[in-house]
Amino acid sequence: MAHAVSYLGFKAVITSNIQEINKAERIIFPGVGAAGSAMKSLKSQSLDAAIKSEFVTGKPILGICLGTQIIMGHSNENDTSCIGIIKGNVSPFDPNMRDEEDMILKIPHMGWNSIQVKIDHPLFSGLKKEDEFYFVHSFYPAPEKKGDIIASTSYGTPFPSVIGFDNIIATQFHPEKSGKPGLTLLNNFCRWQPC
Amino acid sequence: MLSKRIIPCLDVREGKTTKGIKFKNNVDIGDPVEMARFYYEQGADEIVFYDITASHEKRDIMIDVVKQVAKTIFIPFSVGGGIRNVDDMRTVLLAGAEKISVNSAAVLDPDIISKGAKAFGSQCVVLGMDVKYVGKKNKIPSGYEIVINGGRKHMGLDALKWAQRAQALGAGEICLNSIDADGMQQGYELNLTSLISKNVSIPVIASGGAGKPEHLKDVLTKGKADAALIASMVHYGTYTIPGMKKYLDSNGIKVRKTNSSAEESLQNGNTL
Repeated sequence: MAHAVSYLGFKAVITSNIQEINKAERIIFPGVGAAGSAMKSLKSQSLDAAIKSEFVTGKPILGICLGTQIIMGHSNENDTSCIGIIKGNVSPFDPNMRDEEDMILKIPHMGWNSIQVKIDHPLFSGLKKEDEFYFVHSFYPAPEKKGDIIASTSYGTPFPSVIGFDNIIATQFHPEKSGKPGLTLLNNFCRWQPC
Repeated sequence: MLSKRIIPCLDVREGKTTKGIKFKNNVDIGDPVEMARFYYEQGADEIVFYDITASHEKRDIMIDVVKQVAKTIFIPFSVGGGIRNVDDMRTVLLAGAEKISVNSAAVLDPDIISKGAKAFGSQCVVLGMDVKYVGKKNKIPSGYEIVINGGRKHMGLDALKWAQRAQALGAGEICLNSIDADGMQQGYELNLTSLISKNVSIPVIASGGAGKPEHLKDVLTKGKADAALIASMVHYGTYTIPGMKKYLDSNGIKVRKTNSSAEESLQNGNTL
């Protein structure tokens, strides 16, 4: 993640220090692993509250993958109460989904897939409809408010793949691993001035 | 809809690739970082590095390669070869790889899969399987047996049972190599690939036997593979990744196209 940001010419600091987070111009909140242990670790360092208060100040925040899931209210993964910036639940893919040839769809949803934009956003500037992004996940965020779903992706069923409102935006895919379209999106985030 | 992945595989010994790309000027480039950059620009969906360094002391060279690659390409890549325990996994992942693959180490000690999955998540743990057809017998009901040491040592382990066990232990993906087809360039082992892919719920990368684009088409349709590993057919410049993707696309297989305008503008100086 930090490599991608510095490749684009911006300075990135990897930190769990609240003062450092406070000083940052913008925050990228990535994550891999399981919701339960991630929330436990954030709580033990009071980072869940820190992210929430940074959001309230209007600082641009980008969630990625597990980071996107744990800004939701609740996750079915380990039945976890999450940070709750975006209202809604994180649900697992149905393990019985099948493709057109009746093959069971593999879980995790792993690989490259496209997004269907629901609400145009400055982060999509310069992207093309057919651009694809790298996903690897078994759960997806389901915001309560339709207006919080910025783009969706289809895997057996359509699911929200970019969510957010105001100064927060969060992707289920990994922009830092999504080749040039991903770098474009990150570059847009690093310049984004939410109003 | 999810795209099928095309994944070049680079064998690296003591920091140098064993098969260089023959570029137009016919110069062999043995630098794995430059080869990775080349395939990234060409539209590879992922890259696999296989460290075949024999001596343990020289393994650190591979870690330096991984660090350089992580700064150069922005697609997932995995590293296999010589990973014996969770500490080895951590070293490679911290250097910047997305995934590590374990093969013989997992056969000898299956717990390495569950330990790796617990420490880093299943999505990081790829099970590499080397498989040989031996005919159906009591211990090998599928007819396919797990082998190690480049196929020299038979393990008395059924390939399908092993794949399912590895999935239960927490493997996130399988890279399935047919020792019979490997290096022959006569096509992937379709029966083996579809057998494994239909009977596990994690993605399967087919490996061994790719010689022409038709082989990829077959393994991604009849073979039910989620991804196809390629080596010689691109390393020697016989085929290119964009050419193969075009062929697969015209045959109705969904692949990622990589010719967007945003890419070009980023290539020309990092700004939009």
